[in-house]
Amino acid sequence: MSKNYEVEQLANQEYKWGFVTDIEADSVPPGLSEDVIRVISAKKKEPEFMLEWRLRSYRHWLTMVEPEWANVSYPKIDYNSIIYYSAPKPKKQLSSLDEVDADILETFNKLGISLEEQKRLSGVAVDAVFDSVSVATTFKSELAKHGIIFCSFSEAVQNHPDLVKKYLGTVVPYTDNFFAALNSAVFTDGSFCFIPKGVRCPMELSTYFRINSAGTGQFERTLIVAEEGASVSYLEGCTAPMRDENQLHAAVVELVALDHAQIKYSTVQNWYPGDKEGKGGIYNFVTKRGKAMRGAKLSWTQVETGSAITWKYPSCILQGDDSVGEFYSVALTNNYQQADTGTKMIHIGKNTRSTIISKGISAGKGQNTYRGLVKIMKGAENARNYSQCDSLLLGDKCGAHTFPYIEVRNSTAQMEHEATTSKIGEDQLFYMQQRGISAEDAVSMIVNGFCREVFRELPMEFAVEAQKLLGVSLEGSVG
Amino acid sequence: MLEIKDLRAKVAGADNEILKGLSLAINPGEVHAIMGPNGSGKSTLANVLAGRTNYEVTGGTVAFEGKNLLDLPPEERAREGVFLAFQYPVELPGVNNAYFLRTALNSVRKHQGLEELDAVDFLQLLRAKMKLVELPEALITRAVNEGFSGGEKKRNEILQMAVLDPKLAILDETDSGLDIDALRIVAEGVNRLKNEKHAVLVITHYQRLLEYLVPDFVHVLFQGRIVKSGGRDLALDLEKRGYAWIEEEYSAARA
Repeated sequence: MSKNYEVEQLANQEYKWGFVTDIEADSVPPGLSEDVIRVISAKKKEPEFMLEWRLRSYRHWLTMVEPEWANVSYPKIDYNSIIYYSAPKPKKQLSSLDEVDADILETFNKLGISLEEQKRLSGVAVDAVFDSVSVATTFKSELAKHGIIFCSFSEAVQNHPDLVKKYLGTVVPYTDNFFAALNSAVFTDGSFCFIPKGVRCPMELSTYFRINSAGTGQFERTLIVAEEGASVSYLEGCTAPMRDENQLHAAVVELVALDHAQIKYSTVQNWYPGDKEGKGGIYNFVTKRGKAMRGAKLSWTQVETGSAITWKYPSCILQGDDSVGEFYSVALTNNYQQADTGTKMIHIGKNTRSTIISKGISAGKGQNTYRGLVKIMKGAENARNYSQCDSLLLGDKCGAHTFPYIEVRNSTAQMEHEATTSKIGEDQLFYMQQRGISAEDAVSMIVNGFCREVFRELPMEFAVEAQKLLGVSLEGSVG
Repeated sequence: MLEIKDLRAKVAGADNEILKGLSLAINPGEVHAIMGPNGSGKSTLANVLAGRTNYEVTGGTVAFEGKNLLDLPPEERAREGVFLAFQYPVELPGVNNAYFLRTALNSVRKHQGLEELDAVDFLQLLRAKMKLVELPEALITRAVNEGFSGGEKKRNEILQMAVLDPKLAILDETDSGLDIDALRIVAEGVNRLKNEKHAVLVITHYQRLLEYLVPDFVHVLFQGRIVKSGGRDLALDLEKRGYAWIEEEYSAARA
């Protein structure tokens, strides 16, 4: 059983005791209106500014149309059939592993997620008998010592409304795009993280530890603020397969890195991709963006293996002089999965630098698109960008597409772009098999080799799991 | 050890057989050389023995230590101890040379009921073997064959052979494109492998390699069959007289 799973289970026990939440367990009828938004806000006991922001977002959303430019196709979403608020439901308590879905157990085993290993990999000092209360307490008191705030978004709205008010929507305004506007109107929960001036966060912040992370729902909102000179590494997601009854997920993540701050944001996304015929997978339409002030550094690393449709462009606004933006991505599509992902690097300040390393892997009938924009604004003297987009094809029914956009308005800019497309050849497989390596291991070695530049950016425990995850995700894709 | 009987094979999907009833027996400790003109079926034989999927066996049997080799997938054959040194070793970008070889060795060891080697023990073994084939240590950390020179690729094949220590090593035109030094290193590598338990099958167009790597038996492959077998002298004969006389003899015999 994965630790994450246990954390969730134990977290829900806390809900039972009324330790954290004050949300009532009920839901609103399907559909969206100003009344629904008022209900959501009231149920969450939000301050007035939050409600007004939600309503402004909603009104703006009504004027927008769903974008169709992405290289993905899916049936039209009926926004009036979605239930926009339902309180987190405690998960059913299971008495033994026998009650867990056999497929999921098998995947856990293949991923090698044992309780012990997870502990070792994530470097957590916990007792053999996992005690969520003590972990949470140790964790929170350690962070509090440094003045770090790490809590659910709802808690932040209650306990730190000034910070929320100051930074919410400053990187992704509600007017930004259709899905961001929708999220701004109806988001239910998410994560909030604040690192005060000059503080290096002493540990990697992971949603594993944000005890009441269960049931954040389909419209998740994350805001991370690092003040001057602060630094933090944040891990999102989990390699264990995530199932959810909500098909549409439209999250927003905002990163604010003030002068000389550093934020490293790592994601492993493994939402349910649908079955082999492509039925029932999750649509993951995410807006992720960070703003870097003078000398600050933003680094996005993502491993995307799940979801039926992924539509996501973690981006950097390099506003301050000497700021740095990085994007490292592995996106894998198998069966009928579609991914349209990439990044935007907006160079505004002088001497700003950005690096883009994108690795797309297509198998089965998967379609993988890299879409990226590098924009050098007029005032961005001596801006530099290096982009590398590599595609790997397994089989002949999948596709890889690359749409790099480059806009340069300052002649001192230096831009480099490299792109490759390769196929795992039968010659390569046979060569490895002739050395005693099975075809599946051979594919996973080639794929991991292909992704190495991205994996080495991941925190250790994620890197190991991500490698295994790719192997599992590609199972059955070898003739 | 290896017993090939009346083996027939063609390229999958093609009409014409390339191997048309080839028979050959190899015992432990023996070095066999197969020579023949271009198109006689030499590389087909190597690939069919190793189990490449784009060849189709249309008849005959191949037994390796009593097992039906043709029933096994390529990786099983490798784990049983059949090694093919490729004529054109492929590049594996991003796959670390040492990691690749350790994975290969451990899958073979596991199959044979031996304990898997950890990174430290393996590195020790690898360093020792690299000296034998005179490969620079820097190649350990490079990707398999990526950016290797032609000679380095061939020596890397011999390194892999030395590490995996196969029962039967098949060298498919390993000598092609090698300068005299590389040729000597390759031959020495093979000579070191040779002992009373191991056998070597050398496939070559020229007898050059056989000066360093002395075969016990030389066979001439022509039009998909072994048409002549002999000792070392046969190779020297072929060197002097070319393949034309074999052709004449063969046609005369069939007439």
